[in-house]
Amino acid sequence: MSGHHVSRRVYFAVGFALLVLFLLTVGVAYIDLGPFNVVVAMAIATFKAILVVLYFMHVRYSSRVTWVFVSASFFWLVILLVLTLSDYATRGV
Amino acid sequence: MADNHSRVAHQFDDLAQQQEASNLGMWAFLATEVLFFGGMFAAYAVYRSLYYDAFVAGSQHMDVLLGAVNTAVLLLSSLTVALGVHAVQRGNNGALTRYLLMTIALGATFLVIKGFEYSHKYAEGLIPGVRFALEGPDHVELYFILYFVMTGFHALHMIVGIGIMTAMIILTRKGRFSPEYYNPIEVSGLYWHFVDIVWIFLYPLFYLIQVHP
Repeated sequence: MSGHHVSRRVYFAVGFALLVLFLLTVGVAYIDLGPFNVVVAMAIATFKAILVVLYFMHVRYSSRVTWVFVSASFFWLVILLVLTLSDYATRGV
Repeated sequence: MADNHSRVAHQFDDLAQQQEASNLGMWAFLATEVLFFGGMFAAYAVYRSLYYDAFVAGSQHMDVLLGAVNTAVLLLSSLTVALGVHAVQRGNNGALTRYLLMTIALGATFLVIKGFEYSHKYAEGLIPGVRFALEGPDHVELYFILYFVMTGFHALHMIVGIGIMTAMIILTRKGRFSPEYYNPIEVSGLYWHFVDIVWIFLYPLFYLIQVHP
């Protein structure tokens, strides 16, 4: 009744994956990809955040209504960033 | 074993419903935290796109290695929190206490390293409004303002997190938690993981802007 129990193996696997992705972030930063450096860095960071949310924060095993709350916070963050940046990107100055 | 009946507040039918409600409450709070930090990330994105040279010049003064150590420390602390939840689900409160202590030790390590970084910045005269001596591109101060505000609010969240984990150790020692009732551990963990996620984004954005040759 106390929610889904995640095994220790899954926690260690996710922890290991996070450390590998972190080393990848540092490694890729030393390669000149031009404007894509920040794109790759943010893509890896987002993937790491998704791993933490799904496994460490147990959202993968949580109820539908939890999914709605998590998605809503992400959705509103996207509105905040996209509308703000689309304004600045189209001012033409 | 704790008396489970007394753990259910009168507005709930049972422990499962109560647990669901408190998890959801924590997620609602974390949604407000996402937007709190989101506003600062939006400011960062706008100014970085407007004054990219200033951000490159500012980030040259970051200690990439110390930042990397701190990133690893925080990722490990998230793992110890997750293992703590696992321990209490098995009724192993001794292991829970040890994992929470490890989490606090890792969190404190992070803050000590951050403190060293801040004091280096002070010595080098890189604190806007207090001691700023850097001759660089226009608006280079903006980079440091965002750096101190964003990492400062993150560090504040870490301090709060250490306080929460300390309270959880005290409650664990009092025998409050069992495999049937451990929801405070679960929601404290959610908060800790969220603070870890914020750092996952802060590290590349402030330390790794243009480190390649």
